[in-house]
Amino acid sequence: RWLLAAWRPGGGSGAARRPGRFFGVSARARLSSEDKVTVHFINRDGDKLTAEGKVGDSLLDVVVDKNLDIDGFGACEGTLACSTCHLIFEDHIFEKLDAITDEEMDMLDLAYGLTETSRLGCQICLKKFMNNMTVRVPEAVADARQSIDMSKNS
Amino acid sequence: MGSRCGRVCWKWGSPLRRLTGFSRLLSTAVLAPQICVVGSGPAGFYTAQHLLKHHRLARVDIYEKLPVPFGLVRFGVAPDHPEVKNVINTFTQTAHSDRCSYYGNITIGKDVTVKELQRAYHAVVLSYGAEDNRILGIPGENLSGVYSARAFVGWYNGLPENRDLKPDLSSETAVVLGQGNVALDVARVLLSPLDILGKTDITEGSLAAIACSKIKRVWLVGRRGPLQVAFTIKELREMINLPGTRPLLDPADFTGLGDVVKDVPRPRKRLTELMVKSALEKPGEKEASRWAAATKEWGLKFQRSPLEVLPAADGKQARGIRMAVTRLEGSGESARAVPTGEVEELECGLILSSIGYRSLPLDSLIPFDPKLGIIPNSLGRVQGTPGLYCSGWVKRGPTGVIITTMNDSFDTAQSVLEDLQSGVLDLSNTKEGFKSVRSILHSRGVHPVTFSDWETIDAAEVARGKLAGKPREKIVDPQEMLQLISH
Repeated sequence: RWLLAAWRPGGGSGAARRPGRFFGVSARARLSSEDKVTVHFINRDGDKLTAEGKVGDSLLDVVVDKNLDIDGFGACEGTLACSTCHLIFEDHIFEKLDAITDEEMDMLDLAYGLTETSRLGCQICLKKFMNNMTVRVPEAVADARQSIDMSKNS
Repeated sequence: MGSRCGRVCWKWGSPLRRLTGFSRLLSTAVLAPQICVVGSGPAGFYTAQHLLKHHRLARVDIYEKLPVPFGLVRFGVAPDHPEVKNVINTFTQTAHSDRCSYYGNITIGKDVTVKELQRAYHAVVLSYGAEDNRILGIPGENLSGVYSARAFVGWYNGLPENRDLKPDLSSETAVVLGQGNVALDVARVLLSPLDILGKTDITEGSLAAIACSKIKRVWLVGRRGPLQVAFTIKELREMINLPGTRPLLDPADFTGLGDVVKDVPRPRKRLTELMVKSALEKPGEKEASRWAAATKEWGLKFQRSPLEVLPAADGKQARGIRMAVTRLEGSGESARAVPTGEVEELECGLILSSIGYRSLPLDSLIPFDPKLGIIPNSLGRVQGTPGLYCSGWVKRGPTGVIITTMNDSFDTAQSVLEDLQSGVLDLSNTKEGFKSVRSILHSRGVHPVTFSDWETIDAAEVARGKLAGKPREKIVDPQEMLQLISH
């Protein structure tokens, strides 16, 4: 799917996804395990999803590459045109994140369930200090009903 | 979704597990819910997506009035906002899923009724959006030169029904009534440098018309004040930075506002601070020289409520607009505009009313609230009509961005899933799904357009666009679309 997203017509005002990813297949083979970062995602059902990415991957990259079960994540494919990759960080991690830009804040302002430690996942790239951090996918709707999933064995 | 396809797991009770493989498949086919979604915009696709993901067996068919899918993503999102249209990729994935089918060129309520759909499907989800607009209800509204922003947006985005709009762009000043993101979109399209517009998927016809436009100034007029503007900060920032233009913001409208918003939630605070800064602060060197060199301008006028569109001498064209000066009662989102008795006139030759879209009733048998312009529902379940659901703007009203609709659609899908699980939707009732609809359509001479047909049209548009240095050249004539796929 990210092959389709590779060609982005026109300017657009958001940060584009990093082009280096598309040469990723051979690049991945060359990278050592020292560049791996483990991230735990708590999705809206409270399930913990653990995935591994490499330093430099955005959190959106991780969710997409590992096909994590988070409904509707990353609708605009990392171009700062939506807020569906909104994630909540632990305090000690949040403090060390790169400063937020106006462009990111403009979109984050429209996110549901905004908190003091919220950021957009497409703008946060993995660094070693994030290894084993936990990020939370915020509530998307006002309605807190138990979600129904009839896609798995009950 | 791909990782789940290979797994075989049986949800419904042990008797099934004793059957042989073949009989199991038969039983499964009987128990697969048949669901139909009416409308192929974000609401339709996100509802379908959620159903397909969270139910192993459900079949979802998406119906669309036009030959081509995607609704407002294609026809509403501004041409210079291509990133917002990236959702088309995820919708395309959904359409390609083996339990999903797209059927375009079918008008529900005319080619097939909702009742007939209900006979064919276990659940019908109405996601057909808001195809109309609120009217001003003032004298002169029907003069030449007055259009709804909805029609204007449809015109430059290639919506077939608006292709012959021929908006009059021959005057210097345009007035947009409304201060939402749509108002900013139309102002920006009217004032954008042509070389920028020319690289987008704006239609050839509208680009040519805009190239001949005499419009130099666009006012966005609101009944209330700066604290009630409905547009959002990204779009405002874009407007402030629009090349070749300068903003006209009256400092008197913004003095002291910075203090007022000190303690309001961050989104409103930042939005207001940006307006205040642009209106009151001396611009930096670069900005100052850009504004000095600007040949076009746009501005915000507050506390003006439209009373009458004034005719020119010939009695047919708009030449200006008379507005009531208002004052605000209350504050924040719930502030009300009350006329003061004072009146003002603004000279203009183009008036775009951007006061909201509006849904229409599809079928006399479906409950519809004409005042609110929505289908009465509870959590997406249409009131008093089991098996009927709604999602998107027709459910909640025509506001919000794609994420709003996405969440709402997931919410409706949730209700459908609950009803499937609880038995409210009785799966022992076999439904034929598209099989029965196909024969109805055939008997009425209606030919559905498949997703693969859309991909043929899509490829043609992209190829034509390439010749012009654009992402696509939209085909605006439905007949031409149908000819392309030899219907």
